[in-house]
Amino acid sequence: MVDLRLDCDTVRKILTGFIDNEVRKAGFERVVVGVSGGVDSALSVSLAAEALGPQNVWAILMPYRTSSPESVEHAKLVVSTLSIHSLTVDITPMVDAYFAGFPDADHMRRGNKMARERMTILFDHSARLGGLVLGTSNKTELLLGYGTLYGDMASAINPLGDLYKTQVRQLARHVKVPTVIVEKQPSADLWAGQTDEAELGFTYEEVDKVLYLLVDQRYEVTDLVAEGFDEKFVRAVYHKVRASQYKRRLPVIAKVSARTIDRDFRYPRDWGR
Amino acid sequence: MRRFRLAVAQVAPVLGDVEKNLALHEKMAREAISQSVNLLVFPELSLTGYFLKDQVPSVALTAEDPALETLRNLSQRVAMVVGFVEEAPGHRFHNAAVYLEGGEIRHIHRKAYLPTYGIFDEQRYLAAGGRIRAFDTALGRMAILICEDMWHPAAAGIAAWDGAEIILCPSASPGRGVGQAEPFQNSNTWERVIRAYGDLFTCFVVYANRVGYEDGACFWGGSEVVGPTGASLAKARYLEEDLLVVEVDAGALRRARIANPLLRDERLDLTLRELQRLIREQGQMPEQSGEEPGGIAHG
Repeated sequence: MVDLRLDCDTVRKILTGFIDNEVRKAGFERVVVGVSGGVDSALSVSLAAEALGPQNVWAILMPYRTSSPESVEHAKLVVSTLSIHSLTVDITPMVDAYFAGFPDADHMRRGNKMARERMTILFDHSARLGGLVLGTSNKTELLLGYGTLYGDMASAINPLGDLYKTQVRQLARHVKVPTVIVEKQPSADLWAGQTDEAELGFTYEEVDKVLYLLVDQRYEVTDLVAEGFDEKFVRAVYHKVRASQYKRRLPVIAKVSARTIDRDFRYPRDWGR
Repeated sequence: MRRFRLAVAQVAPVLGDVEKNLALHEKMAREAISQSVNLLVFPELSLTGYFLKDQVPSVALTAEDPALETLRNLSQRVAMVVGFVEEAPGHRFHNAAVYLEGGEIRHIHRKAYLPTYGIFDEQRYLAAGGRIRAFDTALGRMAILICEDMWHPAAAGIAAWDGAEIILCPSASPGRGVGQAEPFQNSNTWERVIRAYGDLFTCFVVYANRVGYEDGACFWGGSEVVGPTGASLAKARYLEEDLLVVEVDAGALRRARIANPLLRDERLDLTLRELQRLIREQGQMPEQSGEEPGGIAHG
């Protein structure tokens, strides 16, 4: 019923073609990518290096003082394996300067601030280096809303947004992302000891099956329960998808005129390209 | 029908840029001429690109438009099927394909089935065509069915029963559902459909798909020419530009129709009676006749 195996050769060809096509259509040759040491950014940057050549790929490492030393080490491993450009911007001074005024801020606010700080650095380097910001969000986290709006969810083009997390791992193995990166526990690394699966309360293996059936195969929640899935779990997943819909759309515009952006003014994103 | 050389131009048109696409067509036509090709088939909306949305009126042409003059002239040396947005009388915009031959417009087909589901939104922007006709050319009797038209077997049946020896299918099929064996779920279905049509209608089927990306969707290519026994005669590469050239052998059509006289045994009278019955029966159902059972007025 659920088969999330990929034809990796085909997907690799589609995604490298996509990066090459979208970057050049926009009039660029380069990309800048925030490389965290995790599997998503490692895969994104590997595909970019293959599509555009390593000389056209800039990895930006943006650690915070609590970032795990392992993350930085893995990010450097990705950079050296692919022979791409890299630079490091420590975000500790700006994040700490801000929260000096709000010392009570919780993990969530601090994590979101870090993600948005990184976003501003990536887009500044987009202008500085003349490269598009390449996204690293996968389909699982986009559907669950497990990301920071205008933070890590922000990019110019995203090659991974239609691949579930478990598929990202398959393709990462296929393109030879270092095994230590593919096999480690996924973590947003926004605070010490954080892991995605502990925070979400389920594993990617479990949730990808449910998302695949709900989204790709158009099962109703009741169909999944009839198939033997745990009702509470399925409803929780469905709720997360629905509750985070706003994160996947542009801000809603109040309709006043005869022709409103995105509503009845509809052009392809590739308009004129 | 005579023996001739056919080619499919598996190209990647530029979205919304008729001028650049005209130059691409002219280049491909000259290449085909240099390879002694008699008929060159371009994909669906080859002059405009596919996901046009609100650009539809801006890129529309009439078939007589001076912009097509060079292609019409080139058709004296190689016949061509070209996809474009046709602005018809009454300012209706059609997803159309024109058959150019000997410097003239031999036939225009307007896509009859406009997909409006999933990734597609054609009925929002385009008017549906109302005719499926076979037509005579210097090379044989042909019919054009554009992409989704082929997913309605009656459309292919009408083309074949109208005498088409070759069904030409310009297409802009975005690849979706990457599985484990075939490149895409839908490419797999397409290949089954065109081979089955070749077999069932004992005719040649020319599937001309495009490549390239629009708004992140990739068109899968894999253009193919199928013979009148359903065998694949030539197949273009997946996902890459290609010029697929193949010899079309009229003798193969004759032999297939001797071995399998399916068209001879067709029962149009029977089909018509049963269709009339279906229309009669289903026409009485409110959802078919377009009436709301409760007579509720729409706002």
